Amino acid sequence: MNQSPAPAVSISGLRVVRGSNIVIPGLDLALPGGIITGLLGPSGCGKSTLMRAIVGVQRITAGEVTVLGDHAGSPQLRTRVGYVTQAPSVYRDLSVAENLEFFRRVLGASRESVARAMAAVSLDAYKGRTAGDLSGGQFARVSLAAALIGDAELLVLDEPTVGLDPILRQELWRLFHQLSDSGTTLIVSSHVMDEASHCDELVLMRDGRVIAHEPPGRLLARTGAKDIDDAFVSLVESDMAVAK
Amino acid sequence: MNAGISLAIAIRVVRQLRRDPRTIILLLVIPALLEALMYWVFDANEAVFQRIGVPLLGIFPLVMMFLVSSITMLRERSSGTLERLMTLPVSRLDLLAGYAIAFTAVAALQVLVASAVSFWLLGLESHGSVAAIIALAMLNAVLGVALGLFVSAFARTEFQAVQFMPIFIMPQIIVCGLFTPRGAMAPALDWLSNIFPMSYSYEALSLVAAGNSGELTLFRDILVVIAFAVVALAAGAATLPRRTP
Repeated sequence: MNQSPAPAVSISGLRVVRGSNIVIPGLDLALPGGIITGLLGPSGCGKSTLMRAIVGVQRITAGEVTVLGDHAGSPQLRTRVGYVTQAPSVYRDLSVAENLEFFRRVLGASRESVARAMAAVSLDAYKGRTAGDLSGGQFARVSLAAALIGDAELLVLDEPTVGLDPILRQELWRLFHQLSDSGTTLIVSSHVMDEASHCDELVLMRDGRVIAHEPPGRLLARTGAKDIDDAFVSLVESDMAVAK
Repeated sequence: MNAGISLAIAIRVVRQLRRDPRTIILLLVIPALLEALMYWVFDANEAVFQRIGVPLLGIFPLVMMFLVSSITMLRERSSGTLERLMTLPVSRLDLLAGYAIAFTAVAALQVLVASAVSFWLLGLESHGSVAAIIALAMLNAVLGVALGLFVSAFARTEFQAVQFMPIFIMPQIIVCGLFTPRGAMAPALDWLSNIFPMSYSYEALSLVAAGNSGELTLFRDILVVIAFAVVALAAGAATLPRRTP
């Protein structure tokens, strides 16, 4: 595949050890810009840790993470990278509008970008509501909207569709494709394998390691599996056979 | 450091407080009511009220801002919003300054209400300027915020954060000179009171109330309080790493 020459994210020799637990033993990865990369794997496989390393809030033991040409977490990246944590991270005691207004001021973004973010996640009707009084799915969308403010070049979204109904999930994936079409790079994690078909490329993870990195169609063709779940299982089996 | 971001954080913190009417009452009404309670308790011995009434005006902001800032920062740490802020163009200094601005502004309102009640309704008298008392009260509020932000790093839950009141704040209230002059306490307690910031807050406030505004001890006390606040803020900044395990 001929992608843009410099990858949006390049990782070499990333190692993360938490206490006596080796979360990521040693990981190399290059993610191209302008597309949606799906980060898939069972919970506890290191997806969130990898995403935290990309946005620069993870303490790493070794390795190098370069994002949009800069060292991950460096000050010049803080307006260029948007991040949504797995648990929604906005202020429960503020209204939707007050939350977004706060993040707008911190980012120095325009008021239009707040209106756009609110419309993108269909929260217009709830802007006066206290965030903590919203349903779980609505609350998660406030957190997502906060990351859309300021038109970041790279969006790192940790399980943005978890707990949403199928209609909303469809809507969000449509939004992610719109963002991707306009040049934004997205890294989206999920433990739901059937979201894989929405992604341009997949990174399958297990025990802190990347076991596959390719477009979903090619992954299915290579493994001869009928769906991504099956492909994952056959990859893990052949992986374990190699280990023996 | 970015003044616009500090101000954005300050406005946000005040908005969060405003959403909680009970906290508003705690911060703005309770100190005035406690002054009235003191007046009533000592109605047979008015000299005591006259001695401690003014220092209390400055001790309340320290104690209350300690409480609310430690809990607000704890929520920031545990709700994931702190992690998000660390990926945004927010420096640790912006964050600490934002909190300090917000709570000092609230403390100013608090001391205005409590002073108005104490001086006009309760007949409290000060030989020093009321403006100086209000300024000292605001300085104490900054100290309270600084200490609160620092200790929030050592609590996992709001319940644990509240436990710092009896452990860390109550001993200071007891030995700071409010109940009995520090010089009249056992030497060990006198020595202990020397390492607590509130002792200097109390001494400064009582010096101003007695009309001794020119005294060197007052300036020393103010410097000590400022130093405690700066050290606590720096220690608080150290508890806010951008990268966490």
